[in-house]
Amino acid sequence: MIELRVNGLVRRGGAEPRTLLSDFLRHELGLTGTHVGCEHGVCGACTVELDGVAVRSCLLFAVQAEGREVRTVEGLEWGPMQEAFRRHHALQCGFCTPGILIAATALLERGPVSREQVIELLGGHLCRCTGYTPIVAAILEAAGEQ
Amino acid sequence: MKPPAFRYERPETVDEAALLLAEHGDEAKILAGGQSLVPIMNFRLLRPAVLVDINHTVGLDGRSGQAIGATVRQRDFRGNGLVDRAMPYVGHFVTRNRGTVGGSIAHADASAELPLSLVTLGGTVTTSKGRHLAAEEFFVTHYTTLLQTDELLVETTWPAASRAGFSEFALRHGDFALSMCACSVKIESGVFVAARVGVGAVCDRPTLLDLQLEGAPGTVETAREAGARAASLVDPPGNLHASASYLKHLTSVVVSRALEQTL
Repeated sequence: MIELRVNGLVRRGGAEPRTLLSDFLRHELGLTGTHVGCEHGVCGACTVELDGVAVRSCLLFAVQAEGREVRTVEGLEWGPMQEAFRRHHALQCGFCTPGILIAATALLERGPVSREQVIELLGGHLCRCTGYTPIVAAILEAAGEQ
Repeated sequence: MKPPAFRYERPETVDEAALLLAEHGDEAKILAGGQSLVPIMNFRLLRPAVLVDINHTVGLDGRSGQAIGATVRQRDFRGNGLVDRAMPYVGHFVTRNRGTVGGSIAHADASAELPLSLVTLGGTVTTSKGRHLAAEEFFVTHYTTLLQTDELLVETTWPAASRAGFSEFALRHGDFALSMCACSVKIESGVFVAARVGVGAVCDRPTLLDLQLEGAPGTVETAREAGARAASLVDPPGNLHASASYLKHLTSVVVSRALEQTL
């Protein structure tokens, strides 16, 4: 049994050492907004924040998050980023979207971003629907509204 | 896939971590950032019985001058001219948040940017046994270093570069490089007076090449000739993505591009 804070609330759940944080969030806590794609760190769908830093939850064991603060897509406030995604049709099936929202939010929180930085960020997130152009546009628009 | 079961240990000191390694030998692996280890475990290519998590081990996340503690995150390692150029190619924004400098060095992937940079700079590795190992000797071959089974990396030292260049070619940004080059050179009065040029991904470990640059003019032509010479010095096996002759060609391109950045 481990205890941690998720989206501001203290949560507890069972975890073997080998339980990935992604599976712990989904199966123990029912937070299915965090998606599981490749399970080797390439697709980016499982990205969450650990102590304010965007990380791959499929490359962390749940026990490593014990006593720490996790933020998932469910913990993001609806804001300019989500509005921009809707305006630009920056999602179709939506599978990759939670990870991109977490990572893009983390990038924007670090300060102003360039188009190149957004493109580099998206190199770590696979989207098979949109062709990325609307995602880049949405993130840049959200950045401009900050 | 999911990783196989293992015992999880979280030592507080480097000595405790080394004792755990001594006790379990080949069955134990150090867990630092986990950005290479956990994928390999998820693929079940590796089944360590014990994971020794050093993320909370005292004294490994420090930084003093050129010395970087084992668990310093990749995103926090800035200020070395060559590393600043190479780091954007290391994985992705999100994996650099978690991946460690020491982990990348100890993992010793032949197509990884940090091992190549450390060799090119003439850096060193300090271990839990107090050994100081030159990077050029530390890397033995694919995923193999001079670290003994009961020894862990505690610190790496990164000398400054006078002028640095880095170039790589990969199928996708953040993917494993097909060929890459790091260089650290000194140019005085328009002439190369010192040059260290390393290549990665086309050899079984980061490898310095003797391109006979000393005394050559610091020009684009020199960089291109050095690229052609580099291609003749490497002998990469072809792979799924590229034939051997194409990898040699890519090596000439990345070497000349990296050197051109220093002009």
